[in-house]
Amino acid sequence: MELKTSVGSEAKQNASEYAIEMLNITKRFPGIVANDNITLRLKKGEIHALLGENGAGKSTLMSVLFGLYQPEEGVIKKDGKEVKINDPNDANALGIGMVHQHFKLVEIFSVLDNIILGVEPNTAGFLKKQEAREKVVALSERYGLRIDPDAKIADITVGMQQRTEILKMLYRDNEILIFDEPTAVLTPQEIDELMQIMRNLAAEGKSILFISHKLNEILAVADRCTVLRKGKYIGTVDIKGTTKEELSRMMVGRDVEFVVPKKESTPGEVLFKAENLSVASKAHKGLAVKNVSFEVRAGEIVCIAGIDGNGQTELVYGITGLEPLESGKLFMAGRDKNGKDIPLSEITHLPIRKRSKLGMSHIPEDRHKHGLVLDYSLEYNFILQTYFEPRFTSGAGFLKTKAIREYADGLIEQFDVRSGQGAITTTRSMSGGNQQKAIIAREVDKRPKLLVAVQPARGLDVGAIEGVHRRLIEQRDAGNAVLLISLELDEVMNLSDRILVMYEGEIVGQPDPKTTTVQELGLYMAGAKREKNGEAN
Amino acid sequence: METKSVQKDKNFFQKLLAHPGFRSFAAALACILIGLLIGYIVLLIINPSHAGEGMSTILKNFMTRNSEKLRLKSLGNTLVKTAPLLLCSLSILFAYKAGLFNIGAAGQYVLGAGAALYCALALNMPWYVCLLAAVLAGAVFGAISGALKAYLNVNEVISCIMLNWISLYTVNSVLKDFCPVGYKDTFTLVSKNPSAMLPTLGLDGIFGNSSVTIAIPISILIAVAIWIILTKTKFGYEIKATGYNRNAAKYCGMREKQNIILTMVIAGSLAGLAAALLFLSDFSQWDINQSSVPTMGFNGIAASFLGGLHPLGAIFSAYFIQHITDGGASLDTRFYPVQIADLISAIIIYLCGFVLFIKLKMLKASGGIPQKRPDMEADIKHDAENKKGGDK
Repeated sequence: MELKTSVGSEAKQNASEYAIEMLNITKRFPGIVANDNITLRLKKGEIHALLGENGAGKSTLMSVLFGLYQPEEGVIKKDGKEVKINDPNDANALGIGMVHQHFKLVEIFSVLDNIILGVEPNTAGFLKKQEAREKVVALSERYGLRIDPDAKIADITVGMQQRTEILKMLYRDNEILIFDEPTAVLTPQEIDELMQIMRNLAAEGKSILFISHKLNEILAVADRCTVLRKGKYIGTVDIKGTTKEELSRMMVGRDVEFVVPKKESTPGEVLFKAENLSVASKAHKGLAVKNVSFEVRAGEIVCIAGIDGNGQTELVYGITGLEPLESGKLFMAGRDKNGKDIPLSEITHLPIRKRSKLGMSHIPEDRHKHGLVLDYSLEYNFILQTYFEPRFTSGAGFLKTKAIREYADGLIEQFDVRSGQGAITTTRSMSGGNQQKAIIAREVDKRPKLLVAVQPARGLDVGAIEGVHRRLIEQRDAGNAVLLISLELDEVMNLSDRILVMYEGEIVGQPDPKTTTVQELGLYMAGAKREKNGEAN
Repeated sequence: METKSVQKDKNFFQKLLAHPGFRSFAAALACILIGLLIGYIVLLIINPSHAGEGMSTILKNFMTRNSEKLRLKSLGNTLVKTAPLLLCSLSILFAYKAGLFNIGAAGQYVLGAGAALYCALALNMPWYVCLLAAVLAGAVFGAISGALKAYLNVNEVISCIMLNWISLYTVNSVLKDFCPVGYKDTFTLVSKNPSAMLPTLGLDGIFGNSSVTIAIPISILIAVAIWIILTKTKFGYEIKATGYNRNAAKYCGMREKQNIILTMVIAGSLAGLAAALLFLSDFSQWDINQSSVPTMGFNGIAASFLGGLHPLGAIFSAYFIQHITDGGASLDTRFYPVQIADLISAIIIYLCGFVLFIKLKMLKASGGIPQKRPDMEADIKHDAENKKGGDK
């Protein structure tokens, strides 16, 4: 067997110890080295974590492995033999499979149909479904992957959809399984189950590459971990001898505080009140939010926890005015255009612009759908909520270019928003993290009375999350009301002064953040537990 | 340090391609050249011995005329038709910035012509009233498509195309009472109502062509005005935001439904005005027997894309398209059938629609894709600057 000198001595001893080796991979794009001499070696039967911030080069490396990009330097080896991967079909033929963060499933097809899609067993074009079903059922029993082969994808839980994706790989006899941020959409219980599945797969000899930036999960399930930072290879460590702190230091390049310190809250007067709120669902004929009531006081962070799709999105649409209410009333305290305080008054029928002027800020759930005009420059996105104000628009309706630029430069400086060309960068070309920072800068700089923050740390890495959390606590400490909607249990536990758990459109519990546990929250979120009086105050 | 070394990878050509203005210009040029090449091949196939001569006739247009006087007159004719074409292209471009495809410019143009001529011939109104009537007529049809889109989410392309035919037959039937007996064209304004003709401000004298009127300066001024509105005003900011991302426009409290309607109203007015600028002169009359929607509105699509969707670019692209169309019309009919002129200009106009495609190819060649990368570059730069700061 031919071995290059660049290959480490470890490989020389026993080349076939590794399922996949990516050796000294360098991939350049004009203006940037996305992967700079990166080596990743996946042992047979191990769970290997790939850790790195957004933009660290994880996606590029995986794209190289799938043949979407050709590296300028470096080799890829399968079972010790050098291979050339020109496109995803080559990767598939080598037994490499991937569960994407956003599932690639046909919603109106059954689980079984999705699994066999593209490799349907057939005789002269006629499907042999029975054969396929037997193989799928056997696989699901062997690895403990609970599925219903005949259920439609649209009707099953996210967890089962993910298991369908895993079965898709197994059905194709893939040996190397890549999981891209697989836990982002799962409940704590489902995460535990996934971890167990991954362990089972590894025990059966599958090699698993686990892409994540959640340190707890990596520590819980992985054997080894390779860390990338800004396109560079930082190192590979054994999970057994490492700590969360060490991993985060390798990933971010500095010490990170996981729990942003905060003072005891001192809630003041009620700044926002929802009374018997009901909002229609877009997905079905019924209500997505059912008769929900709660208050948010000055100087407190109230967190609405729950699994995705239990009415949180619609609740926020109702509060911010993006969708009309079915019934119920909203009240908010705010300030007029001269900055004078307006006491709690009804805002149920106010349009979005008026709510915004009154002092409501909204960090939206989907930053690409609502939060940004991606084809606008960064400076134009900064003024999205305020462009009509006299400081940015003259009486004749002309934009004040210079004032806008100065304002944008100020926010870039203050919030450390990084981009290629500063204020004139097209927002689309910025990373998710910096896009999110831009939104937060805009919404916080409005000096809101009520800040509605929906998953403000979504898709951000630990360093950036820390920054976002600091901003929220600053808002609280400045005597404003913060309504946080989060799917991340860590975030809920760390930030909340009060927790409201939403399940199927209702508030089913308000556990005290000081005494509750992740397990208890999980039970509420899954609908297994509920307080007698669903109303919260 | 790192950024410097990789910067060298970009050669001069790539840097040039990275500039959006240059890409628009180069892409338009490439489209024109490919269009001319294919046109030339068609000429070769039909009559090889006169292909070169034919191509030169198309490209030279008015310059083939014998005397200075005739050349100016001929140029005047081209300009007279450039003005409405420019306004149609502005109509499409303006709607396009708001994310709407105003294929109804053709119908709004027809309705504008009908309204202007009705006011002139039936009501004996002066030219400015006729102009206003045309603008309003176009605006109303624009508003219909806009309202259907905003409130009922009816695709504007569908509603526009249907309105195109409604406007054609409405105008044909309304104007049929205003033709000389036995003729299919409407009365000339000179014979019926000279006050409805646009003032010439002496332009007719300069060109030796009585059809040259204030239509030409008006259309250029409007192009500049549209450019200012789109880039410098609050209204333009809202229109573009709505066009790029309707959800974000709603999120930040813009009245996105009203903006969509208003955009179509403006687009419709521009197309309506276009027709009035052509028909309120002695240049041509309305043919009440025509059974297809005039191509002016559709050619506006090509002109707006060829002009890089830039109002000032549209001035040049509209002129160019009219130039080759008129040039084609003067092809020698002994060697080429009459239809060939239309075919050649159609090929070139068709190729003009490829501008965006070629621009994208150029962007790829410049290394602008994948788009995520510049940001990482920024991160590295940021770190480098921090280090520099530390050294001081």
